[in-house]
Amino acid sequence: MIAETLAWLGDPANWSGPGGVPARVLEHVGYVALALAIALVIAVPVGLLVGHTGKGAVLLVGAGNIVRALPTLGVVTLFFLLLAESTPAAVVGLVVLAVPPIMAGTYAGVQAVDPHVVDAASGVGMRGMQRLWQVEVPIALPMVLGGVRNAVLQLVATAAVAAYVGLGGLGRYLMDGLAILDYAEVVAGALFTAALAVVLDLLLAGLQRTVVPRGVRLAELATSKGAA
Amino acid sequence: MTIEFRGVTKRYEDGALAVDELSLTVPDGSMTVFVGPSGCGKTTSLRMVNRMVEPTGGEVLLDGRNVRDADPAELRRGIGYVIQHAGLFPHRTVLGNIATVPMLSGWSRRSARRRAGELLDTVGLPAELGSRYPAQLSGGQQQRVGVARALAADPPVLLMDEPFSAVDPVVREGLQDELLDLQRRLGKTIVFVTHDIDEAVRLGDRVAVLRVGGRLAQYGTPADVLRHPVDDFVAEFVGKDRGYRGLSFLSAGDLEVDDVATAAIGSVPEDSDEWRLAIDAERRPRGWLAPGSTVDGRLAEVDLVAGGSLYRRGTSLRGALDAALSSPASLGVVVDDDGATVGVVTARHVLDVIERHPASVTATSGTANTTATSRTANPTATSRTPRA
Repeated sequence: MIAETLAWLGDPANWSGPGGVPARVLEHVGYVALALAIALVIAVPVGLLVGHTGKGAVLLVGAGNIVRALPTLGVVTLFFLLLAESTPAAVVGLVVLAVPPIMAGTYAGVQAVDPHVVDAASGVGMRGMQRLWQVEVPIALPMVLGGVRNAVLQLVATAAVAAYVGLGGLGRYLMDGLAILDYAEVVAGALFTAALAVVLDLLLAGLQRTVVPRGVRLAELATSKGAA
Repeated sequence: MTIEFRGVTKRYEDGALAVDELSLTVPDGSMTVFVGPSGCGKTTSLRMVNRMVEPTGGEVLLDGRNVRDADPAELRRGIGYVIQHAGLFPHRTVLGNIATVPMLSGWSRRSARRRAGELLDTVGLPAELGSRYPAQLSGGQQQRVGVARALAADPPVLLMDEPFSAVDPVVREGLQDELLDLQRRLGKTIVFVTHDIDEAVRLGDRVAVLRVGGRLAQYGTPADVLRHPVDDFVAEFVGKDRGYRGLSFLSAGDLEVDDVATAAIGSVPEDSDEWRLAIDAERRPRGWLAPGSTVDGRLAEVDLVAGGSLYRRGTSLRGALDAALSSPASLGVVVDDDGATVGVVTARHVLDVIERHPASVTATSGTANTTATSRTANPTATSRTPRA
């Protein structure tokens, strides 16, 4: 099995052309990026609004849980049948998957800002939007990005459904491999998917380090030290 | 700027009354302390000045203008606001925090930062703290930054909601002294909220004692409230030792100072059967040499009994009595402004002065329960000197 997988990986034919690994990885990343972008546009504003006003939190959490319970493959199939188009069906399925963690992270991050800090922000004369952008968003960033990382991991793992409706991506190796009982190809596809998830998560961790304000990181350190 | 509460009431939707018909005036340039047990509406009353809470009845006036007529954000930028846990913005540096209000008011970044730098100095923080983040500061330093942030746009009014209650007692006392000093220099109109009656009488030009349910029980000078509580609630709230605390407002006047036998550190004292005060080269008291004690060679600190509190000449009788009571020799050491020994006082001398003091025997006059619109700003200056 291991030898067969290594042989598959060593075969130059698997590394070039439209079915080659680089092309499949790019396709896979493309689905993830598109779904992530759409999910961000939907989830972040809603999360910010609910966190900032404190209104609709119960609805948000409840809706998030319901959506989480939907099987992605089922959603993709449904939309494929409704639209008869592969790409929208796959992307909608992935967006549905990515929205809940981002929305929950954003809402929780804003909602967890120290109430004294929120009180001070209003008390020194910030208007609602000034308080949101100058105080709540910078302090909420670690949890917002935590939600995004969560979503990306799930997207990478699940983007294989694109292959299910006839598209590309690393899911092709799983589908095609299973169809012709070429298990080496299946294992290779799984390995690449896992590796891609790890790499993207590391990139996001780096992004988190650069965009989260230094003072917020110091405050987190101080809190965790105090708790220890 | 004068702050006036006119029949101010806050009733919550569930019918609970937080503030009930509060009427009082905080004169321009003075400090009023709202004090009372939890649930007395003191914080709610304070927050109605900058519209963080809206009253359900009555009005709050700043120099005669109803705060309701102002835009809330604009109003708040013109009122300094300091809260219990400082509420500093963790993602901004100390300078960034202090510069918040000037930046909101449209100052240029450069002038806001320059102003913030000046304020670090005003609140007694070193300039190098300016680039630190709140998480890197002690509690006392955070509170100072909170005060600096409130002062940044030079507002005429300061609201302070239990600003010092989360710091330890030693730091708190230092912060209180600095606030009094700031107030003397800047002449702000301040409303200060605390549950601590000691803090209230120490800081306030006037003290407003509130009772549960948001009713004003008494409004007057600290000396008034301690000496002439209007009812049992106030008497109980200001505490059992209010008579003793009231000494803070009696000046020592003609307090008799006696000479005392001294022994210099480093000298070779003769044996004696009376208490001798050990002094150093600057005549500062170091402790007491007990009667009948023998010194092996030259007098050193190890031969001494620790002294009591020191009484600085010219300050209130409270310090004088405490010095006498805390001294192992029953002699309170009197020092001058440089800390050099002047002499000693006995508790008997202090009591003589108290009994002769006209204020202490005045029967309840009509001064206690009033809304005090036209009182002079600071009748209790003697309470302001640090206690010896």
